[in-house]
Amino acid sequence: MLKLVANNTIVSEYEAVPGRVTSGPHGPKPRRILSRRNIVVYGTLIVVALYYLLPLYVMIMTSLKGMPEIRIGNIFAPPVEITFEPWIKAWAQACTGLNCDGLSRGFWNSVRITVPSVIISIAVASVNGYALANWRFKGADLFFAILIIGAFIPYQVMIYPIVIVLREMGIYGTLTGLIMVHTIFGMPILTLLFRNYFAGLPEELFKAARVDGAGFWTIYFKIMLPMSLPIFVVAMILQVTGIWNDFLFGVVFTRPEYYPMTVQLNNIVNSVQGVKEYNVNMAATLLTGLVPLTIYFISGRLFVRGIAAGAVKG
Amino acid sequence: MTSQTRGSARPNQWLRNLNAKIASIPMILTALVIFVGGTSWTVLYSFTNSKLLPRLSFVGLDQYVRLWAAPRWLISIENLAIYGFFSLIFSLVIGFVLAALMDQKIRFENTFRTIMLYPFALSFIVTGLVWQWLLNPQYGIQSIVRSLGWTNFNFDPLYNSDIVIYGILIAALWQGTGLVMCLMLAGLRGIDEDIWKAARVDGIPMWKTYVLVIIPMMRGVFITTLVIIASGIVKVYDLVVAQTSGGPGIASEVPAKYVYDYMFQAQNLGQGFAASTMMLVTVAIIIVPWAYLEFGGGRKRA
Amino acid sequence: MTSVSVRDLSLNFGAVTVLDRLNLDINHGEFLVLLGSSGCGKSTLLNCIAGLLDVSEGQIFIKDRNVTWEEPKDRGIGMVFQSYALYPQMSVEKNLSFGLQVARVPQAEIDKRVARASEILQIQPLLKRKPAELSGGQRQRVAIGRALVRDVDVFLFDEPLSNLDAKLRSELRVEIKRLHQSLKNTMIYVTHDQIEALTLADRIAVMKGGVIQQLADPMTIYNAPENLFVAGFIGSPSMNFFRGEVAAKDGRSFVQVDGVAFDVSAYPARAGLQPGQKVVLGLRPEHVKIDEAAAGDAAHQAVVDIEEPMGADNLLWLTLAGQSMSVRIAGQRRYKPGTNVRLSFDMGVASIFDAASENRL
Repeated sequence: MLKLVANNTIVSEYEAVPGRVTSGPHGPKPRRILSRRNIVVYGTLIVVALYYLLPLYVMIMTSLKGMPEIRIGNIFAPPVEITFEPWIKAWAQACTGLNCDGLSRGFWNSVRITVPSVIISIAVASVNGYALANWRFKGADLFFAILIIGAFIPYQVMIYPIVIVLREMGIYGTLTGLIMVHTIFGMPILTLLFRNYFAGLPEELFKAARVDGAGFWTIYFKIMLPMSLPIFVVAMILQVTGIWNDFLFGVVFTRPEYYPMTVQLNNIVNSVQGVKEYNVNMAATLLTGLVPLTIYFISGRLFVRGIAAGAVKG
Repeated sequence: MTSQTRGSARPNQWLRNLNAKIASIPMILTALVIFVGGTSWTVLYSFTNSKLLPRLSFVGLDQYVRLWAAPRWLISIENLAIYGFFSLIFSLVIGFVLAALMDQKIRFENTFRTIMLYPFALSFIVTGLVWQWLLNPQYGIQSIVRSLGWTNFNFDPLYNSDIVIYGILIAALWQGTGLVMCLMLAGLRGIDEDIWKAARVDGIPMWKTYVLVIIPMMRGVFITTLVIIASGIVKVYDLVVAQTSGGPGIASEVPAKYVYDYMFQAQNLGQGFAASTMMLVTVAIIIVPWAYLEFGGGRKRA
Repeated sequence: MTSVSVRDLSLNFGAVTVLDRLNLDINHGEFLVLLGSSGCGKSTLLNCIAGLLDVSEGQIFIKDRNVTWEEPKDRGIGMVFQSYALYPQMSVEKNLSFGLQVARVPQAEIDKRVARASEILQIQPLLKRKPAELSGGQRQRVAIGRALVRDVDVFLFDEPLSNLDAKLRSELRVEIKRLHQSLKNTMIYVTHDQIEALTLADRIAVMKGGVIQQLADPMTIYNAPENLFVAGFIGSPSMNFFRGEVAAKDGRSFVQVDGVAFDVSAYPARAGLQPGQKVVLGLRPEHVKIDEAAAGDAAHQAVVDIEEPMGADNLLWLTLAGQSMSVRIAGQRRYKPGTNVRLSFDMGVASIFDAASENRL
């Protein structure tokens, strides 16, 4: 060791200890950015991402072209001449077979359906989930089990009896009726969501509040609600997208003048009269998808949580 | 300190926890009236010859006999079987592979996830219409490929009765695989990091770890996903309406559409009820074994 | 005067009996600890007293008033929970006053009580903070404060220190004891930690299987456990047990264990030992001495297997009569594994249990 020091005076004795010399592997393992693994992983993901993005891209491109350009060009090519005419037409003039005032009518119908449905269904289900989680009573679990199993029954099985019930109540074909239907079919998943969330809160909090003398509603409003904002947002995302995207209930339970946007969109695009205006169709399709897409891009992670919870709804 | 101090009277059993019971009334009504009542009503009336209006005149199994003799129903069932089989296989395989790729500690994970999941935010109507446009033989993918030189290239699923259901399948996979990926990714993230460390120390190759260790550990996630996909398959309706309206001819009919058309357009309620009852049976075939395995079997093991 | 009284209390969840015809009288101002391992029913009993669980049978009295069917808020209790259970969205001050506001106590009175409680617990600087901004010890202090402002006679503690680290736990233990000495309220305290039980309690109720095994002051529980379970549960390391048979010879009594005879003539209840009776002899580690001078019948040879120096004392694991036993040696003298030692026993403080009934003789 002394010799080593003598031969190389710059190297201190400590650094010269055998095994500490700087030959051989040392320090961080070198990583190549273009390793085979990275090429496979990122390559696959990028190809897949392009596949997912393609339809959106084509939709946007088509909606910005004039019909002549569509007839001669290819759907992937960006528009030579950008025009917003199709969007205006889709919103205000497109024909559904019944009338020609575009999607705007359907949009406002959907707003008038979605807003109350979301509020009512969440209010009902959150209180119910809270009762199930914290104030259990005999028989509650049985009804809850029926509710959850019911979530798997195809809607087609229950549609007609509901038509009869709504007709008897005099609200068949109205927005009120449809709002009620959305509240009913939102109940299984929302109740499950809220029940599990409230059951996951520390039980001792609930006990402490009871020792403090708070009752059913005081605990719900003063203790549970302020702690549960994230789950309410999740439920809202779930319901807004679900109800906005609904087609079946809209077409079954409302009269044409109350048709939601999805039904109207389908009627515009698949109407057999007249010349097909693909640019207007794509603009209309984009318009209909805009609300859930906006919610999706804004809410990000919460949306993932919402659909993971709401996936049962299908 | 004896019984004379029994000051507080025991509250009435029905009134105890009254608020919770009031809060549960909507649930109880929905469960009993809509889910139990509505379902039984439909099943009961499927044995009648109701036409425009429901009537309690029983005809035994006539509606079912007629149903299973109807070419349109048989095509619907065949389509559902093909669509169901392939969408189960493809969404599970693609979903898992994508999730495994996303789980490689990659950069831009959020961006990739956002891209793969956004179609799920769109309705089936929107999905169906986009793919109707993309698969349009005159302007869509077929014409693009032909213009590139392959003039004999044929890809017009929506206008070819033999393969129309695969055209719908493509759209459905585009819309739904992102969700499966997310569920699988959540499952993968739920697996103890130490399992990976142990496998690495033992020198087990990554693909082998996935096949032999990780997938068996994710049994629960797979089953849940399977049930979710399967119950969605049975309900498929909007997508077909938007993409093909059941055409060409009746080549892409599905049971849910059959039910709707007979109930609300053909004014043959009995047929609609019988068909919807068959849908219920299909779901029961999927759900009952699952429920038994998840809950019934679990209790026995414990 | 009894403060809390439990009469023939039973609780069943379906077929499972959690509490089994339990009786317990707690004196006014007493600090009673319910001690047992998890699942013994101690927390369940506390929740029944609090009114958070409905009982299946029996009655509960607080200050001679039957409260069996009363709401928790009407029972005159305050409760402190293991997870603190502070309302996360409210400030400390709000947390303390919430119960009083629900009960519509006038604001002036609320302010007075909150001020007093926060002074006692020295949490005045924390009043404006949210629970998330507090340390574990501070949170538990606020949780105690919440019980304090209720101005009640009975405090219920449900494992209040279990979520804290060892150092904080011993600090708060002292504080709770100080609080009890100054307030002189009745306190019922559930724990699985025998150190907490021994240090805090006026009396300890050791529970197992929904039944109270022994109810006595800490020293009695430690020195004269009523049965084999209590003897084994209290003390760390556990009491050494030797299964054997009573024998008599030359006017002396012995317990014969696998060829080794323990002279138990000094056992206080020697008269109750019948020759031939199957018994369990219990010796605490500190009641065994390493005694080089011991000779004759009192002398036992053993080999040191393992040594565990603890600082203040030294724990040896030895083999005697074919089984492992622990011995606590005061001081820092070291023994190498393999060393032969002679032992003597302090039979005056030993415990002998009937092998069949497992009760103390």
